[in-house]
Amino acid sequence: MAILIDNASRVLVQGITGREGAFHTGRMLAAGTNVVAGVTPGHTGETIEGVPVFDSVHEALAHIRADVAVIFVPAPRARDALFEAADAGIKLIVCITEGIPVRDMAEVMAHLPRRGTRLIGPNCPGLITPARCSAGIMPSEIFMPGAAGVVSRSGTLTYEVVHELTQAGIGQSTAVGMGGDAVHGIGFIECLTLFEADRETEGVALIGEIGGDDEERAAQFIHDHMTKPVVAYVAGHSAPPGRRMGHAGAIVEGTSGTAATKAAALQEAGIPVAGSPSELARLLGEAIKRRRTT
Amino acid sequence: MDLLEHQGKKLFSEAGLPVLPSVVARTPAEARRAAEQLGPRVCVKAQAKTGGRGKAGGIRVCGSAAEVEAAATDILAMTIRGHAVEALLVERAVDIAREMYLAITVSREVRSPLLIFSREGGVDIEELAKRAPEALLRRPIDPLLGLLEYQVRDVVDAAAFGPDDPGGTGAGKGLAAVCRALWRLYRDRDATLVEVNPLVLTSGGELVCLDSKVTVDENAFFRHLDMALPAPEDRREAKARAAGLAFVPLDGDIGVIGNGAGLVMSTIDQIATAGGSAADFCDIGGGARSEVAQAALEAMFAGPPVAAVLVNIFGGITRCEDVARGLVEAITAAGVDAPVVVRLDGNAAEEGHAVLEAADLPNVTVALDPDEAVRLVVDIARRRRAAAAAAEAAVAAPAEGEGV
Repeated sequence: MAILIDNASRVLVQGITGREGAFHTGRMLAAGTNVVAGVTPGHTGETIEGVPVFDSVHEALAHIRADVAVIFVPAPRARDALFEAADAGIKLIVCITEGIPVRDMAEVMAHLPRRGTRLIGPNCPGLITPARCSAGIMPSEIFMPGAAGVVSRSGTLTYEVVHELTQAGIGQSTAVGMGGDAVHGIGFIECLTLFEADRETEGVALIGEIGGDDEERAAQFIHDHMTKPVVAYVAGHSAPPGRRMGHAGAIVEGTSGTAATKAAALQEAGIPVAGSPSELARLLGEAIKRRRTT
Repeated sequence: MDLLEHQGKKLFSEAGLPVLPSVVARTPAEARRAAEQLGPRVCVKAQAKTGGRGKAGGIRVCGSAAEVEAAATDILAMTIRGHAVEALLVERAVDIAREMYLAITVSREVRSPLLIFSREGGVDIEELAKRAPEALLRRPIDPLLGLLEYQVRDVVDAAAFGPDDPGGTGAGKGLAAVCRALWRLYRDRDATLVEVNPLVLTSGGELVCLDSKVTVDENAFFRHLDMALPAPEDRREAKARAAGLAFVPLDGDIGVIGNGAGLVMSTIDQIATAGGSAADFCDIGGGARSEVAQAALEAMFAGPPVAAVLVNIFGGITRCEDVARGLVEAITAAGVDAPVVVRLDGNAAEEGHAVLEAADLPNVTVALDPDEAVRLVVDIARRRRAAAAAAEAAVAAPAEGEGV
């Protein structure tokens, strides 16, 4: 059933009446997603792309069942929207919003486990299970259903790799964009655990970048727990220390978080590391083929 | 955004943390006047956004106004680890009995604030963490509960003040108050780092924050209207930021524009692997429209001349056609003659190629895939560099002959 979302997923969009929210609701519907409700305070009774709008998540859920919330609410109000969705009982939240303060995200991450809620993002493109459900802003046109799992800290690099995979005839089970912030929800290890257990997924492409030590910890996990092939790519080898490279979390601090240490940790764990996104797609295709023939 | 020591100390003082009387000086004369007011013994400290100021000679204790003026002259002329000294902090000197370390930072791993304390301060904390990890007390702070009293007690216990310390065990009360105030400051000012190194116990038995290192979260400036990013020194960065673009100046000679932070980083890496060197990191973002592409190119040409430019776009939401239109407009309007290699793929790539073809600009080359684009731009830049060097040599050669 791929991971996290499939055609049974029922999506609610918070911030649906905003420019981004309305635009991407249309795109999610076009990608075959079951978008069942939208929320913007003060807009109850309206419809966006045929989707009914409510004042609050609680009100929406009193009328319609939903299990995934996609958040387009601007950064100053995103924290509240996250709390609202979790408290209303939503179990999977995808937060697209960029620029949320670290303090707000730390508070959200302290609260979500108490509600049993899982978060993707923030500052992320969301996730997609091709032809079944898109929860976020990934361009569904370049995807195709298949066996490759993709988990990434970068949106456009995901598209780049997926585009190559699709052109080579290798479809994707689910692609997850974790987002570029220092404090974020789902991580590599959680996604890898889900991909390992997923029957459709036969191999995983992991796309990392500078900052933090998510890749180093993922390397250890893959070495210890993954039976399916994993191939990796790390961006930011030429990044100067102390400068934020676009993403809030993409920063080399002192000597830690460099692309070189991450690539080395992955290689030491026996994971092939590609020199470019196109090589990553090639490596994954080969790994999946090898797995099928042995 | 990193604050300078004196900016951090202003926040410390507002938060009720103990700091010494001090004055900011920008000239040796100002430093002398400050010393006369604070003296006789003062410490003259370089204000630069970097560590290692002491080792570099950027911090001097002085006993007279004349000594202060001399120290100020020296230090103001210094560059420490690539950072120019922006100002001086002239601070009353104290006698130090003990140096400790106290900080709160954000831990990406536990996704929460982390309090760190060490009995041993005034040292490089990363070095200490490697040499004697057990010397560091670490306590994650639940952001919803805040700093708890038992955690404050843990810090006071770890400090282990004894009868031999000035002020005796009474210093513990002061330390507890410092911990609480530092946490309030961290939370209320949306800091991602507050570091006191060293936190000192004076021979008079008082606790003092001798240094301050504060990093505040730029994303939270909407609720701290007194905070603003300083204008970037780099003209390209200033122009790009005004247009809402993420821009980082680099040292190379190949201009880079792309959409998405990861894609731009990856492009820069591949240029380096192919033997070239990028002049910048410029991310025009998802859903970029033609004005944005134009602004990016304009920002790039506001800086030192580049040998060549690579525009690498993978259209997800971004329509390549829009980017192509922006590029054509910017190149035509600014009369750009540097070679530009363009790679467009994904959303409306064919329409984008048609726009470039119709414009028929002599300096624009279209590459069909990212690997080819990198190869092309590195090759063009190499040839342009070689040609420029040859031209220079041709000019220099006769001059050399005349000199003999």
